[in-house]
Amino acid sequence: MERVPILKIGDILLVSIQVDMSDQTAVALQEDLAERIVATGCHGVIIDITALDIVDSFVGRMLSSIASISRVLDAETVVVGMRPAVAITLVELGLSLNGIRTALNVERGMELIAANRYHDDLDEFLDGPDAEPTASP
Amino acid sequence: MALSTDESGRLADLLTSRVERVTQRWTEVVAGQLRGRLSQAELLRQVQELHRVLVDTLSKGAVDLTAEEATELRAVLVELSRGQARQGFSATETATGVFALKDALLSVMEDDQSAGTLRDYVVFSALVDQMGLFTFESYVRTRESLIADQAEQLLELSTPVVKLWEGVVAVPLVGTLDSARAQVVMERLLQTLVDTGSPYAIIDITGVPAVDTQVAQHILKTVVAARLMGADCIISGIRPQIAQTIVALGIEFGDIATKASLADALRHVLRLTGVEAGRRQPRREA
Amino acid sequence: MTSGVGLGRPQTQAVGSDEDVVRVRQLVRTVAVAAKLSLVDQTKVVTAASELARNTLVYGGGGSVEVAAVDNGRRPGITIVFADSGPGIADLELALTDGYTTGGGLGLGLSGARRLVDEFDIQTAPGQGTRITITKWSR
Repeated sequence: MERVPILKIGDILLVSIQVDMSDQTAVALQEDLAERIVATGCHGVIIDITALDIVDSFVGRMLSSIASISRVLDAETVVVGMRPAVAITLVELGLSLNGIRTALNVERGMELIAANRYHDDLDEFLDGPDAEPTASP
Repeated sequence: MALSTDESGRLADLLTSRVERVTQRWTEVVAGQLRGRLSQAELLRQVQELHRVLVDTLSKGAVDLTAEEATELRAVLVELSRGQARQGFSATETATGVFALKDALLSVMEDDQSAGTLRDYVVFSALVDQMGLFTFESYVRTRESLIADQAEQLLELSTPVVKLWEGVVAVPLVGTLDSARAQVVMERLLQTLVDTGSPYAIIDITGVPAVDTQVAQHILKTVVAARLMGADCIISGIRPQIAQTIVALGIEFGDIATKASLADALRHVLRLTGVEAGRRQPRREA
Repeated sequence: MTSGVGLGRPQTQAVGSDEDVVRVRQLVRTVAVAAKLSLVDQTKVVTAASELARNTLVYGGGGSVEVAAVDNGRRPGITIVFADSGPGIADLELALTDGYTTGGGLGLGLSGARRLVDEFDIQTAPGQGTRITITKWSR
């Protein structure tokens, strides 16, 4: 079975999915990522799906799980590079990818994570460590 | 009514031995019909080619137009009608180019009783009828494909996606949105977001005369797809009566930003991007 | 039902493992490209095939998928048949409802796949297996 490589760049884990994943590969990626987040202490995960020519409900569910798992482990997940045809198909399929943050490309995804870390830190500093981060408008 | 091999041979002989007279009369009839819209030389070339291929086909023993020996003849007829259709000749004018052969045959046979019997003329003219109908059909097919091409070009023209600002693209929608057009707009907009790396899109519906549930549905799907890709859409140009229809139809725009004018929408986006640089940006959740 | 005339020989792919689902996707993609489907339509039909092939594997206990290029005289298209001899579906209407699942998925497989294609036909009965035929025409 193929495994999707996970790269560490600074405080971010970057996963670029380049293969047509079998369901097993998808499940393995989910497990590997959880381990790497804990092992590295990274606070951001970027999943680049530019190369994926389809996202079906199984992969969609995997992306949602990864986002939820990393949130529990205090890391933010951003899915980047979804192709237009894939997005249109997902809407028609009825899959909304709830709770997943998205960006157009890797660069925008990194900005998104950096901006949020910065503001989270700022909030903690201003409001004290126990304060809940306030919801944005 | 198919020709016998004997008859097709005789027709070939007739056409070959009286080539001058046939092509002359043939050209005359067609020229009378077209009234100088095709040059004499061009017309003569067409008639001569058709004559040559027809003789060729008949000498090979073809008994009707669907025969395998008639492949080249069919190709020439298709080419002829395609050319006429593109140059704007009518269907009648195009078919006459073939039917004129009957006049030519008749005049030759009248001049010289030994050239053939009445029965010969009837079977010959049946073949010409076949050729005429085939030409007519090719003509219609060409026109249909022309119309389809034009419809497609119109679709391309009517859905521009423009870059409004760094990171902001806009689609000014003009005219009625049907399902096919909505789909094209949707794909074009989403592709532009990727190509330009723009995280904001403004869909301006000032030029859309009416919004029904289907149109609203298409716009909503586009917005959701854009969010999945990591971009936000703002809808602008909602006129008062459209706002009333939207509410009356019970269409939910949910948390999608709507603005009265394109200018308002752009101001809204710029404020968002301005905030992005200093304060926390709004969370984009798909 | 498809009234199209078959073009070329249908290609068959057995579905017995995860990797076979990937192979089904690749086969459907190749035929969809040959049938001149637009990129969005290719994506839709490959996604639908992925959902249904997974159903064949997970619920039908494996089976086969047959992919063929078709032509209805006006436009080309692609027809795919998913067949298994599994337990079948007892309540078809319920199975076609968004969000209904017996396998712990999102319940979008059948209902979602139906929305992605032009023609969708399903024949099933308890103990009789399931046979789903989908068609997507080029626009």
